[in-house]
Amino acid sequence: MASVTQTAPHAQAHGTHHEDPGFWRTYIFSIDHKVIGIQYGITALFFLLFGFSLMLMMRWQIAHPGEAVPLVGPLLAALLGDVASNGVISPDLYNSFGAMHGTIMVFLAIVPLAVGAYGNYLVPIQIGANDMAFPRLNMMSYQLYFLGGIIMFASFFIPGGAARAGWTSYSPLATTIPTDGQTFWLIGMVFLISSSLLGSVNIITTIVQLRAPGLTWMRLPFFVWAQFTASFLLLLAFPPLEVAGILQLMDRVAGTSFFLPTGLAIGGNLANVSGGGSPLLWQHLFWFLAHPEVYVLILPAMGIIAEIIACNTRKPLWGYKSLVYSAMCLGFISFLVWAHHMYLTGMGTKISTFFQTTTMIISIPSVIILTCLLISLWGGSIRFNTPMLFALAFLPMFGIGGLTGLPLGFSASDIHLHDTYYVIGHFHYVVAPGTIFALFAGIYFWFPKITGRMMNEYWGKVHFAGSILFMNLVFMPMFIQGLAGMLRRMSDGGVNYSSLKLQGVSGGLSPTIMGLNSFILWGAVGLLIAQIPFIINFFYSISHGTKVENDNPWEATTLEWQAPTPPPHGNFLTPPQVYRGPYEYSVPGYAKDYVPQNQPPG
Amino acid sequence: MDIPYTVQPRPDTGVYNAKVGMWLFLASEVMLFGGLFSSYILLRVAAAPGTWPTGWLSVPLGTINTLILALSAVTTLLAWASCKARMFDRYKLFMGLTLVLALVFISIKGYEYSDKLRHYEVVLKDGRIADGHLVTRNDKEVVLEGRYVQNHAELMNGRASHGKPHEEIRIETPQIQKIGNYGPAHNTFTAIYFVLTGLHGLHILGGIVVFAYLWGPGSRMWKTEPERFTNRIEVAGLFWHFVDLVWIFLFPVLYLT
Repeated sequence: MASVTQTAPHAQAHGTHHEDPGFWRTYIFSIDHKVIGIQYGITALFFLLFGFSLMLMMRWQIAHPGEAVPLVGPLLAALLGDVASNGVISPDLYNSFGAMHGTIMVFLAIVPLAVGAYGNYLVPIQIGANDMAFPRLNMMSYQLYFLGGIIMFASFFIPGGAARAGWTSYSPLATTIPTDGQTFWLIGMVFLISSSLLGSVNIITTIVQLRAPGLTWMRLPFFVWAQFTASFLLLLAFPPLEVAGILQLMDRVAGTSFFLPTGLAIGGNLANVSGGGSPLLWQHLFWFLAHPEVYVLILPAMGIIAEIIACNTRKPLWGYKSLVYSAMCLGFISFLVWAHHMYLTGMGTKISTFFQTTTMIISIPSVIILTCLLISLWGGSIRFNTPMLFALAFLPMFGIGGLTGLPLGFSASDIHLHDTYYVIGHFHYVVAPGTIFALFAGIYFWFPKITGRMMNEYWGKVHFAGSILFMNLVFMPMFIQGLAGMLRRMSDGGVNYSSLKLQGVSGGLSPTIMGLNSFILWGAVGLLIAQIPFIINFFYSISHGTKVENDNPWEATTLEWQAPTPPPHGNFLTPPQVYRGPYEYSVPGYAKDYVPQNQPPG
Repeated sequence: MDIPYTVQPRPDTGVYNAKVGMWLFLASEVMLFGGLFSSYILLRVAAAPGTWPTGWLSVPLGTINTLILALSAVTTLLAWASCKARMFDRYKLFMGLTLVLALVFISIKGYEYSDKLRHYEVVLKDGRIADGHLVTRNDKEVVLEGRYVQNHAELMNGRASHGKPHEEIRIETPQIQKIGNYGPAHNTFTAIYFVLTGLHGLHILGGIVVFAYLWGPGSRMWKTEPERFTNRIEVAGLFWHFVDLVWIFLFPVLYLT
């Protein structure tokens, strides 16, 4: 039986009591999970581009400290005034860009895209449901995210500028910096955390309660398991950061000393605060969220890769049960490793050893997942389309990211590597050619379901080639720089530590190491150029892409591919009944090399 | 388009959607207050000896508040049970009682807060410390109803200070080295006290708003969808019981230590 194209009758067919909701209710204040997913997606992609542009300006400053930024220098000077006078990025502005780059990429771009967009759009359809369990709560989640984003964006333009104490916002610096940008950051975070909280309650309840008949837990696509685990992480790990945010807000606004120690001096003078607080308390509360947060960044990506690999190898995933149990273990253990970010705070060897042990243990489920995905390729009939190329690239890129985390996880070697560019190389490998590649793969893969048209395959491959080349050119040198001792967050690119400047002092950064800054800048520019075909392809294909011939152009088994294209309000014309697992590819005895989950037996 | 299991429970899980949602939300709230309590523990343990006060809060008032909340937990449950038994008048009675109790709680808390904010510690330039409640304050002078102490450490034990005589203390403004009330900025104890009870208080207020809606305009749903309305009472009641549980931890930790 060939894939069909189901035409959904006009949206009013599901209930004649509905009048046309109008523009605002349909596109802006919609409670339909698909519209909300797209809203999340577009907003997040905008922030992704914005965060990327912040990084480009930073890389210019690193490679050419004190020189005006080409092209955008005058714009910076006009918009931001003194901190960018003559188009030169001042140290304060550099720090703002750094802090906001991290905050925007993690909280406004990747998580909203991976969980808000992908989770919202796909989870209900993949489980055969009409919508999320709480559609109005869903809308509120998006609105809170949007408002949080506005607050963060607006903070650049207030007197004093945006937050600049790192995305980690450590006290006492974050408390005592005299810019309201820090306060904006805290308020923005409260909005974003609330958005996340409501979203995660929604996703978990939806998966528990709204699975279609026949869709047992072990028949769920791995993507759904990944979203389920990530939502639990968001639900349980974010509140301590909300607490920390409230406490830091109180420190800034109400004069408390939660994170300010006794005897704190600012600018040489004793601070007029009660003291008695602990800067370490902030770090514990922050990292208690921020470590599970990175697993929120990677789990949906693993889910996306799993779906794309199964479909494009025409084989079931290898080790489905291992994948599921590993994902759950990963989620659980991720709550136990946070202080590996704090080895150098003087916690003591006993505590460091505890966290080192849990950190080593957590690499096990991580590697199991990667291995299952890798073994899934064996004996497959691999289709090298654009989504699959990104998915295949994810595997070694995430491998590099994960392996380079090991010297950081060991407290002894971390003494040398902490706060160096090695760390930046490590986490960017996991998130940039890791998660972002998975998100790209997913866009190319699910684009035809959402729009009814394919993205252009040739330009997709160009986008892929450019991205994989330049991602590596940007981030691989950072390991070398980090091992040589180049520290993070230096607005002059390390010039003051270079061996040229430190004549006769050993341990300076060699000209080769310093030269890598220029190399990385060119890599970053190349990476930007490589995204242009993607952006054009994305928008062009919405209206001019090749129309799909049926609902299931990739010949996939999961339920979203059995729904009309694009899915109407309510997703399915008739409620689906599930009869089989999610990866019935190349099953002996069937005419086609895939059997949809809702195909009856026989 | 109907979402299933909004009223009737799903057979294999045994619950309706909103119940799952509320339990998940409460799990996150456990982490929220857990984070705050953990912060309290760290700050308390790390405090230098003699810098952490005891007995600064009124145990009688705290006990009354504890009993009020415990009683409100019972009336909440009875409100839900009345809905289940389809006795709407009883529901109105018990929900109304819950609201009254909640408002009394928040009033007592408000009184405690205002007491702290009127309580001042003034360090004079000659080294004496005056501690008491504010009578007047203007450009020329500060008038307290309290007592002098020799050093700051004397103020740390609130129970020992009970019953000490109070007098009117007039301090001219030029004599003041430092002046501040017992608000959050005073020391780490007041800081964590205000945040812990303040966040708890915000949750009480949230509960009051929801209960007031369900008692008033929201109760119209009883006529058209009584079962769905009963579920709303159940879910709101779950939240209220959680807020009550938080107070059960707050009271001994803050008041009885």
